[in-house]
Amino acid sequence: MFAPFEYEFFIRGIVVSTLVGALCGLIGVYIVLRGMSYIGHGLSHAIFGGAVVSYIMSINFLIGASIWGFLSAMLINLTSRRGKIGADAAIGIVTTSSFALGVALISKFKTFTRSFDAALFGNILGVTDVDVIAIVFVGIVSATAIFLGYKYLLFTTFDPEVAQYHGLPTGWIDTLFTLILAAVIVVSLQVLGVTMIAAAIVIPPVSARILTNNFGTMMMLSVAIGGFCGLGGLYVSYYIDISSGPSVVLFSATLFFLTLGYSSFKELIRNLGVRN
Amino acid sequence: MLHPIPHQYEHEEPIVEVKGVTCGYDGTPILNNVDLTVNRGDFVGLLGPSGSGKTTMLKSILGAVDIFSGQILVEGISINTKNPRVGYVPQLETIDWNFPVTVEQVVMMGRTSYSRLLPWYKNSDKQIVHEILERLSIAHLSKRHIKELSGGQQQRAFLARSLVSNPRVLLLDEPTMGVDIKTRDEVMHLLDELNHQDVTIIMTTHEINSVAAHLPTVVCLNGEIVAAGAPKDVLTPATLKLTYNADLHVTEYEGMTLVTESPHFFGRNAGTSQNSNSHYSEHN
Repeated sequence: MFAPFEYEFFIRGIVVSTLVGALCGLIGVYIVLRGMSYIGHGLSHAIFGGAVVSYIMSINFLIGASIWGFLSAMLINLTSRRGKIGADAAIGIVTTSSFALGVALISKFKTFTRSFDAALFGNILGVTDVDVIAIVFVGIVSATAIFLGYKYLLFTTFDPEVAQYHGLPTGWIDTLFTLILAAVIVVSLQVLGVTMIAAAIVIPPVSARILTNNFGTMMMLSVAIGGFCGLGGLYVSYYIDISSGPSVVLFSATLFFLTLGYSSFKELIRNLGVRN
Repeated sequence: MLHPIPHQYEHEEPIVEVKGVTCGYDGTPILNNVDLTVNRGDFVGLLGPSGSGKTTMLKSILGAVDIFSGQILVEGISINTKNPRVGYVPQLETIDWNFPVTVEQVVMMGRTSYSRLLPWYKNSDKQIVHEILERLSIAHLSKRHIKELSGGQQQRAFLARSLVSNPRVLLLDEPTMGVDIKTRDEVMHLLDELNHQDVTIIMTTHEINSVAAHLPTVVCLNGEIVAAGAPKDVLTPATLKLTYNADLHVTEYEGMTLVTESPHFFGRNAGTSQNSNSHYSEHN
C-alpha cells in the first residue's frame, strides 16, 4: 500500500497532484457557477498554442503561456461582447484557432524535442523543481486573491449586473479572475494535460454542489474533493500504469457518480419518509 | 386589492430629474428626448409595450445606458458626477435560483461595496441586514436557500438587498411579473409600506388594471413619454392608442379606472358563443 511512497519522484508527484487538484477545485467553483465550464476546456487548448509559440521564441513557458492564455480569454470576452456572437462560439473560434496554431507549428518545425504527449495528457514524472515552485506560487497568490475578494467574487458571480450598480468594479474583478484562471491552467498543464484540465476544474465543484446549498461550504468541499482526487488519481495511476491526467479525471468522475448516487439515494429515502 | 395613497410631503422636492434625455445601447437610441421629474415620496409606474424603453428608463437612472444627450440628476447631482444612491431590484426571472446562496448571503451582498477587502462583513453591516430582514418579516428565513422561498418571500429578499444600502429611490423592474394574484397583492402592499417610509419608488409593469391603475402616478412610454400623471388622467383611449397602438376601452369601477379590450372569442367554442360574428362562425 505504501510501496510507491518509497520513491522520491512519487512523493513529489503526489504533493504536486494534490495541490493542482485543490487549486482546480478552488477556481472551478467560480467557473461552474458563472456558467463558464467550457472555458476551462477551451483555454487549456489555447494555452497549448501559447506553449508552442513560447518554445519556438525561446520564452519561458510559464510566462509565455500565461500571457497567451490571458490574452485568449480577453479576446473571447471582447468577441462575445460584440453581441451577435455568443460566448460559446467565441470560445470555439479563439481557442481552437490557437490550438491549431500550436499543432501547425509543431508540424512545421520538426526539431521539437519536448514531449507534447505529456502536454496533452499530463506526465507527473516530467514535473521539475521550477514547476513545483510555479504551482506553489500560483496556489498562494490565487488562494489569497480569492480569500480577500471572496465577497466581491460572490456578488459578481451571482448577479454581475446588479453588482455593477452597487459600485463594484466588475470589469477589473473579471480581468483579475481571468488572469488567475490562465495561471492555474498553465501550472496544471504538466500534471493533468491540455485535454484533461477541464474535467479537473468542473468535477470537484459540481460534486460539491450536489452536497450543499451553501456557497462557503461548496468552496471548501470543492477544494477538498479536488485535492483528494489529485492524490487518489495519482496513487491509482502508479498501480495501473497510466498517465496522471486521465487517472485523476477518472478518479474524479468515479467520485462524482458516487456522490450523485448518494444524493439520489438520500432523496429517495426522504421522499419515502414523506409518503409514510 | 390595493389602493395605495402616496406619502404626502408639504412641498415638492425633485429627487430624480430626467432632462431632455436621449439614450440607448450601442449607438441606437431607445428613448428620445425624455423629460421626467419624480418628487420625493412619489410612487411611479412605467407602462408601455415590450421594447418601449421601460427598463432602459430605469437603467438610465442607474447610469447603465449610453446617454446621447440631456442629463439625469438624482438628489440634484448628475449621475455622471457621482454614483446615484439608488436601489435596484431586477426581474426575478434573471436570477439563478440554483445558485448556492442563502437569503442572508443575498441580502449581505447589498453591503459589499461598503465593506473591507476581507471575506467577512463588519458587525455593523450584519446589524443593518438583520434590521432590514426583520422589517420585511423574513428574518426567520435568513438561513434558508433562496429557492426554498415563495414568490413573495423571494421578492422580499431582493428588496432587502437593495434596501440595506439605504437608498432614497428604489427602482424595480416588473416586480409582479409571473406571480399569482395573492403574491402580487403582497408585493404591492409591501412597496406601499416602503413608500410610506420615505422611499421613492419607480417601477415598470405590464399589468395595467391590477397594478398601474392602483398607483398614484403612471407614465406611459413608447420610445418617448406619451403621457404622465394620475391613472384617471393618463389611462385614456387616446393615450393608450399612442402607447400600445391598439384600440382599448376605458371604464370606471368604484372610482377606479379600468382598461378593457374588445371581446374576442377563441377556440373551438367560439362559434357557439355570444360572438356570432366571429370569423369561425362565418365560415361554418
